[in-house]
Amino acid sequence: MANSVWVFAEVKEGKIKKVVFEMLSEGKKMAEKTGGDLSALLLGHNVESLAEQLGHYGADKVYVADNEVLKDYTSDAYNKVLVDLIKANEPAIVLYGATILGKDLSPRVAASLNVGLAADCTGISLDDDGKLTATRPMYAGKAYANLSFSDSKPNMASIRPNALPMSEPDESKKPDVVKVDVNVSAGDIRTKLKEITKTASERPDLTEAEIIVSGGRGMKGPENFQLLEDLADVLEATVGASRAAVDAGWRPVEDQVGQTGKVVSPNLYVACGISGAIQHLAGMSTSKYIVAINKDPEAPIFQKADYGIVDDLMKVVPVLTEEIKKLKAEE
Amino acid sequence: MNVVVCVKQVPDTESVIKIKPDGSEIITDDLKYVMNPYDEFGVEEALKVKEKMSGTVTILCMGPSRSVETIRTGLAMGADKAVHLDDPSLEGGDSFAAATALASVLKGMEYDLIFCGKQAVDDDSSQVGQMLAEMLGLPHVSLIQKLEIADDKKSATVHSQVEGGMAILDVSLPAVLTTQKGLNEPRYASLPGIMKAKKKPLETKDAAALGLSSDSVGCAGSKTMITTMTPPPQRAAGKVIEGEGPQETVPKLVKLLREEAKII
Repeated sequence: MANSVWVFAEVKEGKIKKVVFEMLSEGKKMAEKTGGDLSALLLGHNVESLAEQLGHYGADKVYVADNEVLKDYTSDAYNKVLVDLIKANEPAIVLYGATILGKDLSPRVAASLNVGLAADCTGISLDDDGKLTATRPMYAGKAYANLSFSDSKPNMASIRPNALPMSEPDESKKPDVVKVDVNVSAGDIRTKLKEITKTASERPDLTEAEIIVSGGRGMKGPENFQLLEDLADVLEATVGASRAAVDAGWRPVEDQVGQTGKVVSPNLYVACGISGAIQHLAGMSTSKYIVAINKDPEAPIFQKADYGIVDDLMKVVPVLTEEIKKLKAEE
Repeated sequence: MNVVVCVKQVPDTESVIKIKPDGSEIITDDLKYVMNPYDEFGVEEALKVKEKMSGTVTILCMGPSRSVETIRTGLAMGADKAVHLDDPSLEGGDSFAAATALASVLKGMEYDLIFCGKQAVDDDSSQVGQMLAEMLGLPHVSLIQKLEIADDKKSATVHSQVEGGMAILDVSLPAVLTTQKGLNEPRYASLPGIMKAKKKPLETKDAAALGLSSDSVGCAGSKTMITTMTPPPQRAAGKVIEGEGPQETVPKLVKLLREEAKII
């Protein structure tokens, strides 16, 4: 199907990731323009029951590669399955979530197929010839680039979570399920997974979080991050940190937001005791709403914040936690 | 162990990025360049491997002549030698073109391990390491946080960051590993190191020396092209909430978040 649009349906612990629904919502509009169908690619073990939900968000067809060898992600196995499928069906466009897994896998597939990949895009559309164009941040968001593709097909892109609008699911829609033979043996996989250790936090990854509560130098020490953990609990948020807080050893590296950490775009970013160094601002300025709490009225973060409170975060944050708790209790 | 570290010279992360009025590219006049921060972790890890298991550390860098400064930084940290891929025809390409060029150099080299930073902080693509692995027929592991090489040097155990945790896996060597913060603390170049670096072998190659045709590299060899660049959407400074202490300001904030922003 030379004009179909494909979406890689990443699964995490038995659930389809939200970015997949965002891509299907956008992909549906694209497929209407190309005149092709919208297909989702579902890889894993015992995942077939998830296919229906992909249909609710617009997938006409779901390719299901269900095999024990795909239970845990490995770049070798997933690459082989995707490359075989793409070669056999020749879609026009393939989309991936710009998640840790999506960013690991998609360049490998692109290199296998000799095609282009636009990474970590915040916007995609079709030009008059039906070719993909993409908008993506560079320099951690200090500049944006618009990209076009060469004539090699398919055009591929990874899409930043929370960047594309998600449509309402239509539970009456049922996709066609196409079972795919998996021609991968254990010997094809050059990385052997021994174990996965989970971090204590059950919270979403910063790059996918809808609300982030983040602390900087003004937190004064690791113990005070408990204030942010408490606030994050009531907001169902993820806790982030500035480079200053990470370099001081107060927070683990994976919590760092900014140009040498994670670039995030939540609906709400609450910056506590963060002055707003340029490399930090670059990493969070695409957040839909920014709240800054800082003692220093001259802190650059206030230039980016929608709402600011000039005060001691140690006093403000506990009150904020209580107020939100009250609000949630009223619902 | 022969280790190759791919490094790129990029604008310092403190840089303000401005775009030319015609939107074609960024203005580079006032930029200060440094080694890509994620590549520093690769250089450090390569040096650690060498210190433990002996062997050589080679810096591989593609970029214009100014990149020599970054290559010297790697040599001053302790790398043994460097290859500089310097050719105007290689400039301006995408990740695919960059990986194609780097792969062509690596095909003529002996290596047990290749490090790449998880991404370069200029184009932020996070692609070259994985593409390089595919082009060389090697496995790759992204975002490593710990590396232990087996005594027979034929495999390694790596800790790799995955969503919500860490994957511990064995990978056969040679392999491409992408590096990031948390793996180690990159050393600073010492003064004697800087002096020694000036005498270390630095080989400069152009596209022709690698047998690369002009349509396979740079812009011509790219699969994606930048058509225009724009500044990021500007955020207007919002409102500072007035009031006497948190008991007054916080309820106002919560009301705004609920009624104006509608996000809580």
